[in-house]
Amino acid sequence: MKRFSPELRAGAVAVAPMLVGVIPFGLIAGATPVTDRFGGAAAVGFSTIVFAGASQLAALDALAHGGSVVVAVLAACTINLRMLLYSASISPYLTDEPLPRRLAVAYLLTDQAYAVSITQWSADADSRPRLPYFLGAGLLLWISWQVSTIVGVLVGSAVPADVPLDFAVPLVFLVLLVPTLTSRPALIAGAVGGGAAVAAAEAGAGPLYVIVGALSGIAAGAVADVLEDRGRR
Amino acid sequence: MIVLAGTGTFAMRASFLVAANRVANVPPGIQRVLRQIPPAALAALVVPALVRPHGSFDLAQGRLVAGVLAALVAWRTRSVALTLVVGLGALIVIQAL
Repeated sequence: MKRFSPELRAGAVAVAPMLVGVIPFGLIAGATPVTDRFGGAAAVGFSTIVFAGASQLAALDALAHGGSVVVAVLAACTINLRMLLYSASISPYLTDEPLPRRLAVAYLLTDQAYAVSITQWSADADSRPRLPYFLGAGLLLWISWQVSTIVGVLVGSAVPADVPLDFAVPLVFLVLLVPTLTSRPALIAGAVGGGAAVAAAEAGAGPLYVIVGALSGIAAGAVADVLEDRGRR
Repeated sequence: MIVLAGTGTFAMRASFLVAANRVANVPPGIQRVLRQIPPAALAALVVPALVRPHGSFDLAQGRLVAGVLAALVAWRTRSVALTLVVGLGALIVIQAL
């Protein structure tokens, strides 16, 4: 373990600035009134088992709007489809690791751990052990996420009732959304996704509106991406 | 519900890591689709919360205004904490008016 520790530390140091974004998010995951309805234990269970903030909030949101368990699970999985991309992207760097370790990596795979690790690994060509760097980042994120969820549960009920805490959920999604809108296909995916979600909700799709919107946006963005590529040739 | 969502999420995270030795690369067509997920899914969550907060389409309410303000803050600062403070603060002020 000792020979790994500089790499572990380097991973944790690289991801530390991102905690500024992770901790308030975790607090909201614990403190949102929706969470309140299902109990603090559910919030903590969510954070340890799913460990993916946006999808946790999306699932709770679906339940709060009267969605069934199936709809809530679908909503969470739709949000987390991007994990397929991360998984595919980091797997070439970890082919030498045994399966149990790769499964541990999978559990700790998040936007932030992915971002710092892929940046680090694609920059260095040598064969220093890669796993500890990821684990350093992943474990620090995991601990921060659990602690902030628990603190959120504890302080959430102490927030005055006239603070519209439920509004914090879309605000968190907004912070995640804005930096993704960097290309024309992404803008189209977002515009169609948002528009279709509103239209579906108006048409009475109930809590399925998130999935309808997301799938419409994904399709529109993919078509726009193809067209843009063709235009370039 | 939590266990199902957790299992699904874990399956997606593990997918290529488990298949690492068999699948060399994700086909570009699939990558193209996967890239669209974050903007599409997040917009599908955010936009309805801003334009139909109480279950029907309504532009004349505080959440849209507060949301647009918060979007500007998110765009300029990328800060979760600042966006939460400005967005919630704006909504509280608007509701009090």
